[in-house]
Order: sequence, then C-alpha cells, then structure tokens
Amino acid sequence: MKIKKSAMVGTLESSDIQISITQNDSEENVILLESPVKHLFGEEIERVIDSVLTQYQMQGVVVKAIDKGALNCTIAARMQAVIYRAIESEIDWELR
Amino acid sequence: MYKKTYIEGNNTERKRSKLADNLEAAIQASGLKNGMTISFHHHFRSGDYVLNDVMATIAKMGYKDLKLAASSLATIHTPLIEYIKQGVITEIHTSGLRGELAQEISGGLMEKPVVIRSHGGRARAIEAGDIEIDVAFLGVPSADAYGNANGQSGKGICGSLGYAQVDALYAKHVVLITDCLKPYPNMPASINQKNVDQVVLVESIGEAEKIASGATRFTKNPKELLIAKNASEIIVHSPYFKDGFSFQTGSGGSSLAVTRFLREAMVAQNIKASFALGGITKPMVALHEEGLIEHLFDVQSFDLDAALSMKENPNHHEIDASLYANPHNKGAMTNQLNVVILSALEIDTHFNVNVITGSDGKFMGASGGHCDTAACADLTIVVAPLIRGRIPSIVDAVDTIVTPGSSVDVLVTERGIAINPRRDDLIACFKDSKLNIIPIEDLEKTARKIVGEKKRIQHGERVVGIIEYRDGSIIDVVKEVK
Repeated sequence: MKIKKSAMVGTLESSDIQISITQNDSEENVILLESPVKHLFGEEIERVIDSVLTQYQMQGVVVKAIDKGALNCTIAARMQAVIYRAIESEIDWELR
Repeated sequence: MYKKTYIEGNNTERKRSKLADNLEAAIQASGLKNGMTISFHHHFRSGDYVLNDVMATIAKMGYKDLKLAASSLATIHTPLIEYIKQGVITEIHTSGLRGELAQEISGGLMEKPVVIRSHGGRARAIEAGDIEIDVAFLGVPSADAYGNANGQSGKGICGSLGYAQVDALYAKHVVLITDCLKPYPNMPASINQKNVDQVVLVESIGEAEKIASGATRFTKNPKELLIAKNASEIIVHSPYFKDGFSFQTGSGGSSLAVTRFLREAMVAQNIKASFALGGITKPMVALHEEGLIEHLFDVQSFDLDAALSMKENPNHHEIDASLYANPHNKGAMTNQLNVVILSALEIDTHFNVNVITGSDGKFMGASGGHCDTAACADLTIVVAPLIRGRIPSIVDAVDTIVTPGSSVDVLVTERGIAINPRRDDLIACFKDSKLNIIPIEDLEKTARKIVGEKKRIQHGERVVGIIEYRDGSIIDVVKEVK
C-alpha cells in the first residue's frame, strides 16, 4: 500500500513514541529510530515497527520514530494510527 | 603565609589566626607535592564551588599526578575532566560519579580505574591507611580564624559535616575553606581547631539553594506511594516494629513516603523509635519534633529542614562517617539498626543490588551507605518500581554488584513483594499475610513480559572502576563502555 500524505502521531512524553511517515523515493521501507533505550531494545522496536508495516503491506515509506521508552503495545498502536492517517482511511477494527 | 599576631606583654610569638591570604598561599603552605593525595567532602552536593576552585588553583600552580579522594562527586564537578586530561589528577577514590565526568570515565578517560567505596568503607579505608590523605580541602559554611567550623551557620548551610570530620581527623594537613568568617570561638565546632592547619576566606563556597534545597515534597506518584505503603506494611508487621525500634530511609520518593506511612502506624500503636540514622530528611525531623523518634543521628542533612533542625533540636546529633558505618571500628551506629529502606537502580533474582551503573552500563549513581546499612540492619528492604519507562529494575543479573544479595531481605515493588529465601523466619512471619508476596523470579518474569527481551550491555575489556565492599574486599569491577 502507498501513503496519500505524510502523517505524524504520538508525543515526546516519557513512555510514548512519536512517529512520522513519509513517502520514500524507492520501494524500500526505511526506519529511522531515535531512542534512549536503543542499545537495549533498538532491534525490538524496529521489529515491531516493521511488523506493522508488513501487516498493512506498506511499501516505499520512511518511518521516523522518536522513542521515549514506549512499550511494544504503544509502538504498535502508534504505528497503526500513523498508517491510517497517511492512507486517509478509517480504522478497520476487524483487522488485528 | 600566616598572618602573625603578637600578644602584648608576651615576647613569644603566638599565632592566634590560621588565616591564609588566599587559596594559592594555602596550597603552597600545605606542602602539597606531586603524587600526593588530596581530599574533599560532598556536603555541598551540586552547589559546591570548593572542589572546582581548589582544583583550578592547583592546576594553575602546575601540580601533576595527584590522587583525588573525595567522599563523593556531583554533576557540578565536570571540570575535573580537564584536570584528568592534563595529568593533574591521575587517580580517583569516591562514593559516586555523575554527569559528564561519569560518562567520560566510563568511556575510558582514566588510566587507573576509579575506586568506588561506601561511606562506611571510605571511613574504614582512611582509618586503616588504605587512603592516606596528605591535604584535606574542606569547605565549611562558617569558621573562625583558628579553625572551628560548622555547617549550621553561614551563607549556605549544609547541616552535618559528618563526612568531612573523618578527613579533618586523619589528613596530615587540613585546610578549611569558608565564605563566612566568624569571631572566635565559632561554636559548635563540628571540625575543631586542634585538627586544622589553615583557614581560607573565599568569596563563595557554593550556591546556597543547591547546597540544601528547602522543599522536600512528598511524592504524588501513585506507583511510588503504593510501593511506600507496601514497604510500611512489611515493617509494621515484622517482628522489629516495637517500641524503641530504629530505622533509616533513603531520599528517594518512595523512601521518603515510607516515613509518612510509618508515622500513622506508630501513632496508632503508640510505638516510638529510639533513633533514626543516616541521611536525615524533613519527614524524619517532623517525627522527631512530634516525639515519635527520640534521637536523630545525622551524617548528612538531606534538606534545609534537616540542616536547621540540627541547630534547633538537642537530640539531633551530628555523627561522622566512621561512627555512622565503618565496619572495622569498635561500634558503628549501623550495627544498632533494625530497619533500613533502600532504593535500587537494579536488583537481580539473587537480591544483588546495583546503585552505581545505569542501563547503559555507565556510572550514574553512588554507593553511599547502601551496602553498609544493608549488611547491618535486621530488616533490609529494597524499594523499586518493576520498570522505569522501558528499563526493568528487576533483572536476572545486575550489571554491577554494590550490595550483595545475602544482605538484602525484602524487595518491594508495585506488583508484588519478594522475600529473600535465606530469611525463612520472615517468610514464616508473612505466611498468612494478605500482602502480595511472590517469588522474586516471578517479578523478573513479569517485568520481562512487559518490556520485552533486552540486549546485554556491551562492556569492553578495560576495567574503569573497582567496586569495594565496605570491608575493603573487591565485590565487582566496572568495564568501559564506548
């Protein structure tokens, strides 16, 4: 799936993650992560972001994530929200 | 050099003043040489100007290869990085490391590893001669020209001078540094004239608001309050909660709140404490003034209320670090302690506690009195939230051991309470308790389930820190983190 517009969700509060999504020049997905716990959970955070991108079959997007120690559930929820904003669609609550 | 006073009608010259003209003159007169050991105390916390000012003067005078034996170091001591790079300081002994200095040292700034000691361990090391202090530079809120000093009067007061008292007693040369010169005699004399060589009057010893901050606010954080309530429940239902018991708390949010919950139980059951120990805080002073704690033994006044109380309350006693916690003197106060509440950066399933390195493996805290009080108290309670952000506090193995698990009895978190299996007496005591008492392994698993699997901290090979246990044995080392 392609995005219709750039979008951003989340805050820079502790335990939250701010995620923006933009169109990439290529078909590749790129994840740019900033996190105070990158040395401990960097790969895990990227894995969660990537799994949501895969779930929505997103292609050619740049995901910029500024993490403030969010848990996986928060990261996944923020990812879903930013994708729905970017594709200008309503959330399909059946899709999990 | 000294200003000399001649007494009328007496031809012999007697010095009635030990005032040096300035820091440089005092350093010159102290006989300081390259390779010697200098010491400082940390009663001024992050408001301290003394260490930086003395070090700047020492560096300017061209000294090299000095050993720095500070009771602890704070964020304000960042300029030390330069003096280490210049070779002015080549060895550091301290209780804690913070801020940029901690980051740099963790990254391998120094050739020799930093030696981390507890407060009791430092007093022991000084008395045993492991640390031989050549010149002690002791900042004091007030002093007279003959060397009587205290922390209870002056422009910025710090209350107890407990850590500095050990240095004053054992250093070969003692220089007091103050910004408030009082007429002789300046009483009470926490540090007295017989141990003092020189007094220097400077413009400012530090920033008063940061030396002792006025407002110790009670936490409103529900997680911290729940932990404090649980910890208080453990104390109240332990065999140690009876008239005449003694306790110590740390200065963290949960620890401070424990005192408040304890108060309710003490009033309700008409139980009074014989003494409270260690870092004295406003809540303890409140209980003391209410008659619920008979004596306060203060090695370090944590806030302005505590500092002021020492002046007001005759049973608020100033004690030195050796009397506080030295394991090798003939009787430290910690030996009489019933209950202690301590915090932790990390605690593992063997109850080992880390209070010195952060989740990045770099120095970020202080050993303090942690292992001293844990070893001595009948009931050692560690309070910690299960997770802080995404960082678990309960882990399978701590990054650095400061306090061995054998001296920790109970871990209290917001998700449950774990009792050390070594304490079958306590386990039996809480067998029918309504408190959520679970194995520590379960707490670790719960934490892991919430935050996910974390990667191990990647330490290099080089040792940048040695963690001494209170008796002088090496309990752990810290390796560099790039």
